[in-house]
Order: sequence, then structure tokens, then C-alpha cells
Amino acid sequence: MPTRTVLVGSASGLHARPAALFVAEAAKQPVLVTIRSGDKKPVPARSMLAVLSLGAKKGTEVTLEADGDGAQAAVDTLADLLERDLDAVDA
Amino acid sequence: MRELRGIGASPGGAAGPVYRLAPPPALPPLVEAVDPGAEKATVRAAVLAVAADLTRRADTALDVTAAEVLRAQVMMAQDETLIDAADIAIDGGADAPHAITDVLAGHRAAFEAAGGYLAERVSDLDDLRDRLVAACLGLPMPGVPDPGHPYLLIARDLAPADTAGLEPGLVLGLITAEGGPTSHTAILARTLGIPAVVRCPGILDVTDGALASLDGTSGVVVAGVSAETVTTVNADRLAEIERRARSRGPGRTADGHPIALLANIGSARDLTGEVEGVGLFRTELLYLDRSDPPSHEEQVTAYRDVFAALPGSKIVVRTLDAGADKPLPFLRLADEPNPALGIRGLRVARQTPSVLTTQLAAIAAAAAATDADVWVMAPMVATAAEAAAFTESCREHGLPTAGVMIEVPAAALCASQVLCHADFLSVGTNDLSQYTFAADRMCGDLADLLDPWQPALIALLASCAAAGVEAGKPVGVCGESAADPDFALVLAGLGITSLSMAPRSIPAVRESLAAHTLDECRRIAEAVLAAPSPEAARAAAAGASPQLRSGVGVPVR
Repeated sequence: MPTRTVLVGSASGLHARPAALFVAEAAKQPVLVTIRSGDKKPVPARSMLAVLSLGAKKGTEVTLEADGDGAQAAVDTLADLLERDLDAVDA
Repeated sequence: MRELRGIGASPGGAAGPVYRLAPPPALPPLVEAVDPGAEKATVRAAVLAVAADLTRRADTALDVTAAEVLRAQVMMAQDETLIDAADIAIDGGADAPHAITDVLAGHRAAFEAAGGYLAERVSDLDDLRDRLVAACLGLPMPGVPDPGHPYLLIARDLAPADTAGLEPGLVLGLITAEGGPTSHTAILARTLGIPAVVRCPGILDVTDGALASLDGTSGVVVAGVSAETVTTVNADRLAEIERRARSRGPGRTADGHPIALLANIGSARDLTGEVEGVGLFRTELLYLDRSDPPSHEEQVTAYRDVFAALPGSKIVVRTLDAGADKPLPFLRLADEPNPALGIRGLRVARQTPSVLTTQLAAIAAAAAATDADVWVMAPMVATAAEAAAFTESCREHGLPTAGVMIEVPAAALCASQVLCHADFLSVGTNDLSQYTFAADRMCGDLADLLDPWQPALIALLASCAAAGVEAGKPVGVCGESAADPDFALVLAGLGITSLSMAPRSIPAVRESLAAHTLDECRRIAEAVLAAPSPEAARAAAAGASPQLRSGVGVPVR
């Protein structure tokens, strides 16, 4: 199963605008991608509530995972997004 | 027609149908033996309705930050896991409102545990829960109503969160049952230029849609007025606004004695129209909602934005005014039993001097890059020694004009000694009232003690003004009282040299000063100083000035 572990790159953490951009991108993927931080339970990446509840800050290690057709591409897209500083992206 | 009485909090007249700020819904007792299918359908309908309402609000919000918060709430409402988890709770025997409350309580706990930014967003989750529960129960959406036409907003009291999206074009006036003249509602109303009456308990008995009128100067509210009255009151208000919009120029009395009319602002955004300068630039905005202090560069940029907007003008910057009542995470201030009496304002520098020195360096750098006349002042100074230390620090940073705020009675009583060190004083009458009368600014039940016409407050203002005259140094006022066109005459008569207020309040004060000579102001001040009560002080002012419009017959309660 395709898996990627990355560090959150956004200055404010996976909150506010970075979380909104991430969740919106996850919802566009053809497969269900999960995200987990540390030994906590994986949660759906397209869930705003669950993603916020991770409480991931800048530099927090998170793991993405997906299964099925297009899983690798979906995981890569979202992992690349997480590594960027989304606070610096223009609205 | 029924006449109700409150306290005038923001001058002007307004009339129209009243609509109330709906309170958050109370969670009813759990319904026994629910039909799971029906409850699940209720949850789905509630999500659709709330998401649609929040989306519409986000699309029409004027404030970018408010719009972002609303869009984030839409994403939370539309979260599939919310519906999935609610379905599971319903299968376990819950009805729709309890299912939603339980599911969001789990996320609420996670937000709180994460701390920092997320913990501050708990109120967004609570608001979402209240909206979803209200939708499930068929109750009106909590928060500011949106009848689709101009109206008078009525409420028990207004919190900052309630008023984020308040539109002056739609909200003609505000009437609250609680609050006081220095409460959030009053300050917000003055800032937005919306007439307001606070502390008017009778207003809660008036039904939504009924026509009412309010006078934000006298505090009189009339319920059950005719449609003709509504038209007349609003036409008068419009004519007044247009007349004032044409008034220009620096503040001066009828005989040409200058009283600078300055603006209270929080950022460059608050600068509307022409102003002589800024008498209170609150710098807290830069520090809010963040876990680290703003960097030197970030501060320089924010200050420069304001300084560059007013080339050649005087701008008084107040250094960070934080404390346990306005907590900032990076200061790591301990919880205090009496935050208003604890480590706040300049006192923060006792523990964390770097916050102040970084700020002074940034202000100096921004001042050097523009040609504004930058003055700096510290909040919450109590002694001449504190004033000496602050002014010395300012001079070390190359800031030539350093003063202090007078909010603590101790500093007001020693104004002459404070002025041995400080270049100027700025009296913050809101806090000076709170500390002189030992009455919390937010405590509506003590609103009568916080009346600026109280003799003890006026006596302290008089001693500060006299100390300034003696030292030949400026003494300004930057509390809410400076925005009262009648009280401004008293202040001018006492020897106060500048008045700082919400920019929208300036035209009315300019008009009032222009209608009186300095001698008339002095006679008004003398008469007021001899009065034993706020009521007597108002009457004395009216007696000393025949043209004083609103002083007559305006009891505070």
C-alpha cells in the first residue's frame, strides 16, 4: 500500500488555511487517503474536523496512506502539498 | 407607544424594525425511542442548511479574516465524518441534536488538548454546534439576524464574536439590555458610527419586527412608533451624517484656540477620512492569535504602514498593552486572581523586558523611514519612577517624544512628578474610571459608576490638565469620554490639549467645540467641577452653556 511520511512545512502548522487547502485537495483525489500523526489512529484526509484534531504543528511528522487505483499519485500529491509552506501561498 | 430608558452609548438617532440576536439553543432533554431514519435525515438537513447559510455569510463578509473563519466552518459542517459519526450515535439511541453535540464534543476536546491556535478555535466549533442544533430544532440561527433589510439590532449584550460581521448599512442602531457606556457594545458602536443605547432592560419585551426608535445621546428608546416616525428619524440622521461629512479641518474653539482632534486606531485600516493625527495607535492587533512575538521586521512593516499614511502628522503609539485579561501565549503570564490589577501594560516589561525593547526598536526604525511625528507612550504607569525608566528607554532607542498613559489613580495624583520625566500625558478615561471607582469596565450593573461625568473622575482629569499647563506639556484624553461632544467642552475648559477618539466621532466633537469659545468652555468646566453628582454635573454644564444641546434632562439611569 503506497505510504509517505513527511514533515508539515506550513509555518502555522496544519491549521487554518493550510488545513483548508489540504482537505480540499484530498477531497479531489479518486481514492480515500488517510493521515496519521505519531501512534494515533489514521483519519480520513478529506475530513476537516479530523485533520484539525491531529493538532499537527510545523515540523510534525505525519504519514499518508492510500489503497487502490491511483493511490500512489494521490499520496504523492498530498505529501508534496504538506511539505510546502501553505501559509506563504497567495489566497 | 411605550417609552423605555437606557444609557446613551453612541450618539445619533435611529429607527426601524427590531430584530434580536438569537441566543444559542439550549439542548432539550434526550428524546426517548427515536426513529433513527428521521433523526439521520434531520442531521443531513441541518448540515445542508447551516453550510448554505455560512457560505452566504462568507461570500458577503467584508472582513477577509472573518470570511476565512466562516469558510473553515463550512468545511467542518460538510465533513463526511461528522455525518458518519452522528449516524453511529443515532444508532446508539441519540436524537439528532444530541448526536451532533456528542460528536463535536470529541473534536472540541482534541482542539483543547492541542493547545495554541487550535484551542483558540474552540469557539468556532461551539458556534457550529449551536447552529446545527438550532437547525435540528427549527430555532432561529444564533448570532446576528439577517432579515434582508435595515433594522435595529437588540440583544441582552454583545460579545466581540457576535459583532464580527456587523454591517453599518444594515444595522441602523443597537439596543442592549445589559452592558455599560464603556462595554464592548458601546465602543464598537462608536467605532462603526452606529447610534446605540445600552442598559435598557425593557427592550427584551419588544417583539421581533416591531418598530422602535432610539436616541443614542439621551438613552431614550420608544417602542411602537409609526412608519412615518421611522422615516423622519432616519432622514434626520442621514442629514446629520451628510452635514458632518462636510465639516473639515483641525479642532478649535469658536475663538480659534486649538484642541487637536485625533484618531484611535488599531491598524492603518482604521484610518478613514481626514484626521489631524493619531492620538492612540493600539499595537495589540499585531500580537494577537499567535504563539511567538512578531519579529522586528514584521513590526517595522506594520508601523510604517500607519506612519506613511499620515506624513507630517502626529502619531502617538502605545506600546503593547497585554495582561492576564488580554493574554498573549508567548508572554506565559501566570493566571491571576485579579488580572486587571496584575502584570499588564508596562508591567510586563518587569518580567520580559525584551518585548518592550524589540517594540521600541521597531517603532524607531519605522519612524526613521517616514516623516510622521512619532510619539510613544506606555500603558499602566503608576509611578514617576516607571515613567522615568520608560522615557529613558525610549530616548536610548532614538525616540525623542515619550509620554505615559494615565489610567491608574496613583499616576493621576502625581501627574506633576510624572511630567518631570514624561514629555506628555494621555488620560485613558475608561481604565481611569475602572480603577478610581473599583468598578469593572465590563460590569453593566456598575455602569453608573463608570459615567465620565462622575465628580471624582473629573477632579483627576482637572489635576492632570493643571499639571500639564504648569509644566507647559501637552495632556490629551483618549478614552470614550473624549468622543462625547458635551464632555469635550469640559475637557477643553480644564486645559486638555487634544482629544483622541474613533475617527467617526470626530465631526460631532469638532462641531461642538466650534460652537463655544475657550472662555465658555472654562465656565462650563468650573460649573461642572463644583457639581456633587453626574446628574448635577450635566445640569451645571447645560446651565453654563445655553447652546449645549443634550445636557438638559439626561439622567444616567
